[in-house]
Amino acid sequence: MRLVDDLLTSLKNFVSSVGALSIFFVRVLGQVPAALLKPRYVIAQIHNAGALSLVIIMTCGLFVGAVLGLQGYDLLQRFGSEDSLGTAAALGLIKELGPVITALLFAGRAGTALASEIGLMRATDQLSAMEMMAVDPIRRVVAPRFIGGVIAMPLLSAIFISIGIYGVHLVGVQQLGVDPGSFWSQMIASVETGDINEGILKSCVFGVACSLIAVHEGYTAQPTAEGVGRATTRTVVISAVLTLILDFMLTAVML
Amino acid sequence: MTAPFGGRGSPSDGTPVDNLVEISDVHYSVGGRSIFSGLDITIPRGRITAIMGPSGTGKTTLLRLMTGQIRPNRGHILVDGQDVSRLSTSELYRLRRRMGMLFQNGALLTDIDVFENVAFPLREHTRLPESIIRNIVLTKLQAVGLRGAWSLYPSELSGGMGRRVALARAMAMDPDLLIYDEPFAGLDPISLGVILRLVKQTNDALGLTSIVVSHDVDEIATIADISYILSAGKVVASGAPMALKDSNSELVRQFMNGLPDGPVAFHYPAPDYREQLLSGDD
Repeated sequence: MRLVDDLLTSLKNFVSSVGALSIFFVRVLGQVPAALLKPRYVIAQIHNAGALSLVIIMTCGLFVGAVLGLQGYDLLQRFGSEDSLGTAAALGLIKELGPVITALLFAGRAGTALASEIGLMRATDQLSAMEMMAVDPIRRVVAPRFIGGVIAMPLLSAIFISIGIYGVHLVGVQQLGVDPGSFWSQMIASVETGDINEGILKSCVFGVACSLIAVHEGYTAQPTAEGVGRATTRTVVISAVLTLILDFMLTAVML
Repeated sequence: MTAPFGGRGSPSDGTPVDNLVEISDVHYSVGGRSIFSGLDITIPRGRITAIMGPSGTGKTTLLRLMTGQIRPNRGHILVDGQDVSRLSTSELYRLRRRMGMLFQNGALLTDIDVFENVAFPLREHTRLPESIIRNIVLTKLQAVGLRGAWSLYPSELSGGMGRRVALARAMAMDPDLLIYDEPFAGLDPISLGVILRLVKQTNDALGLTSIVVSHDVDEIATIADISYILSAGKVVASGAPMALKDSNSELVRQFMNGLPDGPVAFHYPAPDYREQLLSGDD
């Protein structure tokens, strides 16, 4: 009986959280047009979420590509088709690894920064001060950061994929001796527009999800040091789980 | 531009209005704990009103109720004739453009410098040219003595300086009502004197209505026209601050004279001291 009660309570809390997040999402979307009228705030947030994440994205992209090159070569040479390394790696990066790993890295770098920044603004009364100055914090603080994250994610994902393919090339072609002509020609012949669109769609969806989670957790954080810390942790955990669930759902729909 | 609050005694609906804020029979509880139970307060126009009381009596909560940040469970809070608890968000924001609030910790925006902090409400609510905004900001900073600090960031300011910048920001839109939440807390005597003088000068020079929440009895007594003392969710005394020192109420005298024990107990309710020490339990 106790177990059933606990389950019901958990279910109620879950539904309530999803409802609160949905209402918050609608509020943010409602303020997006007004936020876009002051583009300098949005540009600053694209810089914060995007440009400041470049180093980690490029470094990880290079190493993920290099590992993909090693593993892909090892697998493909068993079937005598190592020339297909470019195709296999490009499809893997464009359709799955690029958007997913970028989203996970985004949640860890930009998402935590967003959540802690907004949470600290809450804890130090900066959001209340804005409300008292008749300025809606959703419009002035949340919406520009949300838009910045949504725009930055596909760009970061594209950079991750490009650097990743370079990593595959570095290992597969320059170290393991795959023919460069076959590497590029097979990749160009096999990767279709639909594959690229799938990657773009996924990174856009992950951008909305991760940015929304980050700004929501920050905005609703308890105004204490512990509350801000908890919001930061929840941002990473929820974003990561949500990214993987959404990835499965999108892949299932688009295959 | 928004219409200003009616002047002192000026009719806004055909009848003379002397009180800018009228709070009647307000009940407010949070988490099952009653904060206010039948609170009645009136804030006269053009005066400095002090809200005082021991810690935890809900002084800051009262400010949040007055500014519509939270809503009462029951009762009416009229600001210039408008019931803030029944206003829509846009109506509330219109009303707040005529209010300025100084937060206890200043609440300056930490990612922009002093100049931009003061310019913030002007940039958000007006389409003034940059040259006019510059002049207004420098005028407000000059009034608080920090014109030279315009390029500093909030992290580079002392507590007193931060509060003076926050005061300049609160005055930027030339409000009719200025609300101060514990403006003297944690200040050194020089900063305290400066803020005290600024509160008085600002009110008198600009013809504002000021509400100061504080428990610095001696300081507030020098500038306030009327004081309210809150305790247990109600007003227990009101009147001129000096007169309150001679009040018959034991609680008022304890508070005004800073006596350690009295109706407001020094000790939080606890089991017997000796028994607890000897029992070894928590």
